[in-house]
Amino acid sequence: MSEHLIRLTASELGAKLAAGEVSSVEATRAHLDRIAAVDGAVHAFLHVEGERAIATAAEVDRRRAAGDELGPLAGVPIAIKDVLVTKGMPSTAGSRILEGWIPPYDATPVRKVREAGLIPLGKTNMDEFAMGSSTEHSAYGPTYNPWDLERIPGGSGGGSAASVAAFEAPLALGSDTGGSIRQPAHVTGTVGVKPTYGAVSRYGSIALASSLDQVGPVTRTVLDAALLHDVIGGHDPLDSTSIPEPWPSMAEAVRRADVSGLRIGVVKELDSDGFQAGVRSRFHEALALLERNGAEIVEVSAPNFEYAIAAYYLILPAEASSNLAKFDSVRFGLRVTPDGGGTVEQVMSATREAGFGAEVKRRIILGTYALSAGYYDAYYGSAQKVRTLVQRDFDAAFTKVDVLATPTAPTTAFKLGEKLDDPLAMYLNDVATIPANLAGVPGISVPAGLAPEDGLPVGIQFLAPARADARLYNVGGALEQLLLAEWGAPLLDRAPDLSRHELTATEEGAL
Amino acid sequence: MSEISAEQVAHLANLARIALTEEEIEHLTKELGQIMHAVEQVNQVATPDVPPTSHPIPMQNVFRDDVVGQTLTAEEALAGAPESDGSRFVVSAILGEEQ
Amino acid sequence: MARAELMDFDKALELFEPVIGLEVHVELNTKTKMFSAAPNPANSEFHVAEPNTLITPVCIGLPGSLPVVNGEAVQYSISLGLALGCSIAPSSRFARKNYFYPDLAKNYQISQYDEPIAFDGSVEVELENGRTFTVPIERAHMEEDAGKLTHVGGSTGRIQGAEYSLVDYNRAGVPLVEIVTRPIFGGEADTPALARAYVSTIRDIVLSLGISEARMERGNLRCDANVSLRPRGQEQLGTRTETKNVNSMRSVERAVRHEIQRQAAILANGGTITQETRHWHEDTGTTSAGRPKSDADDYRYFPEPDLLPVVPTPELIEHLRAALPEPPAVRRRRLKAEWGFTDLDFQGVANSGLLIEVAETVAAGASPQAARKWWTGEIARLANSSDQDASSLVTPAQVAELAQLVDAGTLTDRLARQVLEGVVAGEGSPKEIVESRGLAVVSDDGALIAAIDDALAAQPDVLAKIRDGKVQAAGAVIGAVMKAMHGKADAARVRELVLERASGDGS
Repeated sequence: MSEHLIRLTASELGAKLAAGEVSSVEATRAHLDRIAAVDGAVHAFLHVEGERAIATAAEVDRRRAAGDELGPLAGVPIAIKDVLVTKGMPSTAGSRILEGWIPPYDATPVRKVREAGLIPLGKTNMDEFAMGSSTEHSAYGPTYNPWDLERIPGGSGGGSAASVAAFEAPLALGSDTGGSIRQPAHVTGTVGVKPTYGAVSRYGSIALASSLDQVGPVTRTVLDAALLHDVIGGHDPLDSTSIPEPWPSMAEAVRRADVSGLRIGVVKELDSDGFQAGVRSRFHEALALLERNGAEIVEVSAPNFEYAIAAYYLILPAEASSNLAKFDSVRFGLRVTPDGGGTVEQVMSATREAGFGAEVKRRIILGTYALSAGYYDAYYGSAQKVRTLVQRDFDAAFTKVDVLATPTAPTTAFKLGEKLDDPLAMYLNDVATIPANLAGVPGISVPAGLAPEDGLPVGIQFLAPARADARLYNVGGALEQLLLAEWGAPLLDRAPDLSRHELTATEEGAL
Repeated sequence: MSEISAEQVAHLANLARIALTEEEIEHLTKELGQIMHAVEQVNQVATPDVPPTSHPIPMQNVFRDDVVGQTLTAEEALAGAPESDGSRFVVSAILGEEQ
Repeated sequence: MARAELMDFDKALELFEPVIGLEVHVELNTKTKMFSAAPNPANSEFHVAEPNTLITPVCIGLPGSLPVVNGEAVQYSISLGLALGCSIAPSSRFARKNYFYPDLAKNYQISQYDEPIAFDGSVEVELENGRTFTVPIERAHMEEDAGKLTHVGGSTGRIQGAEYSLVDYNRAGVPLVEIVTRPIFGGEADTPALARAYVSTIRDIVLSLGISEARMERGNLRCDANVSLRPRGQEQLGTRTETKNVNSMRSVERAVRHEIQRQAAILANGGTITQETRHWHEDTGTTSAGRPKSDADDYRYFPEPDLLPVVPTPELIEHLRAALPEPPAVRRRRLKAEWGFTDLDFQGVANSGLLIEVAETVAAGASPQAARKWWTGEIARLANSSDQDASSLVTPAQVAELAQLVDAGTLTDRLARQVLEGVVAGEGSPKEIVESRGLAVVSDDGALIAAIDDALAAQPDVLAKIRDGKVQAAGAVIGAVMKAMHGKADAARVRELVLERASGDGS
């Protein structure tokens, strides 16, 4: 029964809960058992709520029994990326510098999720301060891809994607600054959405790059992502960049999914032979399938996308170097005092040296350089101009098409350690996802199949104009249904059975 | 322009308050040189006629009413402090002058 | 610390031309802080608070916290810009000023850099000697205040030698407007007075706008003075120093004067001025060197990504402009006419920098003359002797109450001065002090007559002398009665009663 429960989509589970067929306590217990069984191998979680989650679930069951009006996801467990601040639950952002910190407040998306009756299961692993594409830069050890435990689950949100792919949680919250939701979705065969910048409040999301960060859903199906998007989206007066206008229902867009007449633009510059062959072939097959069902495929050009990575790796470090200055040993987090004591300046420097990992230090120094006197115009200033050019490319493309399509990332999941020594090579993982963050437009990654050469998941990315997030759920939902019909079963059914790792996990006394 | 020296890296580390080791400085100098070389290409298209964009979604005049909101208690505010006297945060002696 | 050598002021002026630049920070008195909904301690309602109780996650820079702009503070800033004769920026934005300091909760200050809310203005300043100056304003911009540090250990409570420091973030995030002048030339020997008069004028302006409590002793108004000397005949400007910790009007004047004298002595001896921040010490009347300005001041400004541009509509600007109170110069002329003072008397008030206090005291019910008398007389005297600003000792409402008590005959002038001392000492309002100290003038004739009887018994020949025409003889009796009554009698009434006795019966 519990094996069956964890295999349900969030929407299916929500329906069974509403129908009284199962209690939230049962559903939560089933997922906690799954975490206990497999997370020793997957390491998606940094913190598990355990009995507190059961207590929260019991409260939702009680409200349901009392006849309270509850939403479609009420009683459904959820995993939360450790970049989001959670009251009473540790929040580390994958860093030692915040080890043990318990926030006194909830991030707005977390508050909304609680108010909607979802059950927080725990906090998921991530690259430290969301800087990375593989979760190998977590200070707490990497997360392992449920499809092949020797491979990366993507990053920075590898923990959330892996938790969902391993059936440890029906859905998860993630954050995306340059692809941190979409690229893990691509390498784990799951769904990930980066909403329009400002669609979801950033209040309580530990800031990496303020003009690029966005919180979004990580799920196994497009409908689940839409349901979660509907919960967390909307104006928040605590976030000045939050869009004030109300949004249509994304779940409705999925239910009414129809691609007849939809114009899909293939970005020429991202359809290159620099991408893995299997990634490209699954991408084109998915487009062909959509075309057979009424979509029109058009080639478009985005000549400035070529400069997007460079601009991103100037803007992000610059903003991050400023955002991470608050980690200084004074008000929260780690404090390291040099032997024999020291001035507060020395304590700050020793703390940050000990508390930050190599990638974080690299980007802070890079960002400090990009902003420093005499270099601003050439670096940060120029990068902001490239942002303008990338936006113009999107604007021009969207006069001709309704959505854009690209492979989500150049390769399938690479092996752990493969790209650690070459930061530039690691950065290239984000070539297809970064433009959307620069421009603020929304993007979705939907599973497109497995690459024939390695049997690993491949995702297809769709991008829409700012505020047109519903279009992503339309095309994503439609494609998902078409592929499901072709495959006969969800892609994740083909993932290896992790239960053969259960013995190892319990032997090691995991969690 | 892409040449970044170890002295510069040491200076930047000081500005950023990170006590990098000699080894880290050496390592970073090399890496940052490579990265800067790669990212400098932004200048190829960032011509004077292109305006910079700092906010992806243009909005303006986002204000809050002058009304007191929910505050933290001193206990909550100090809860995460590495050191406090129960009322204020404690830091060791300060070298620099007030701004 | 060795006392710096100072050149005689007049000598310094002969050799050098003083050039100053003034930066004034004004704490706005909105209810909440600049970027968070925490209560604002610069508003008198929240001024008294336990440390770290006026806090939201934003104030202590908790991870994930975000700023949201206080719309009222923006309006106050625009009004201030207009009152300073500035143009209001059609589009204005915030920027991060990045540096590390324990009182800076995020280790960056949200300020304004390349697009300040107001720019290019000027302020008319009148000196005591009647000279008027037009001080050019370069810009006024919005920013947030930092927390408060208390240094513990060491001998002086200053940073040097302190063992550790305590941080209170109540003040972190208080709305500030920073007003920056262009270099001010031509002050010559009046330069120190000009600096003081400028700060006083800014204070007048913000008080009349009602946007700040403007109490320098509370830090609501802070002044940093930049001073440089240009050798006579030289084109190039000299190196400037910036002096901070100037906490009162008199400090502004003294600090500028001191820096002129200090720099002159160095330059005359063939030395050079180090560009640095200096710290003013009110107790010793000197400045000491702080940190030299260096690369460490690379603030790496960039536009604040968490906040959106401020684009004031022309309608809003005109609405605020229409609501501006009269400029200080206009108000001076109006009050002079209303009060009907002599030129000398009015100048005395204006020079004392207490025009607003006198005006508010009149508004609270005192006569102009009484208000003038108290502020420029006894209160100014007390302020001088304790080295504080008069406005920090007592409020206009309290002075008005005092004047009313004198008018009503409850207090004599002399008793009123005692009551004033009590108010300054913080014992309460004038009425409360009269009550608690029992200082009311005895108005019961019966008690007076009894005292007169006693006095006459001791000096029996006084009445005879008065009848003889030596009215001055009454003085001895009056004196005795006043002494017996501990001054709590209206001497004039006593005199009346004595003379009545003399002209009345023969007993």
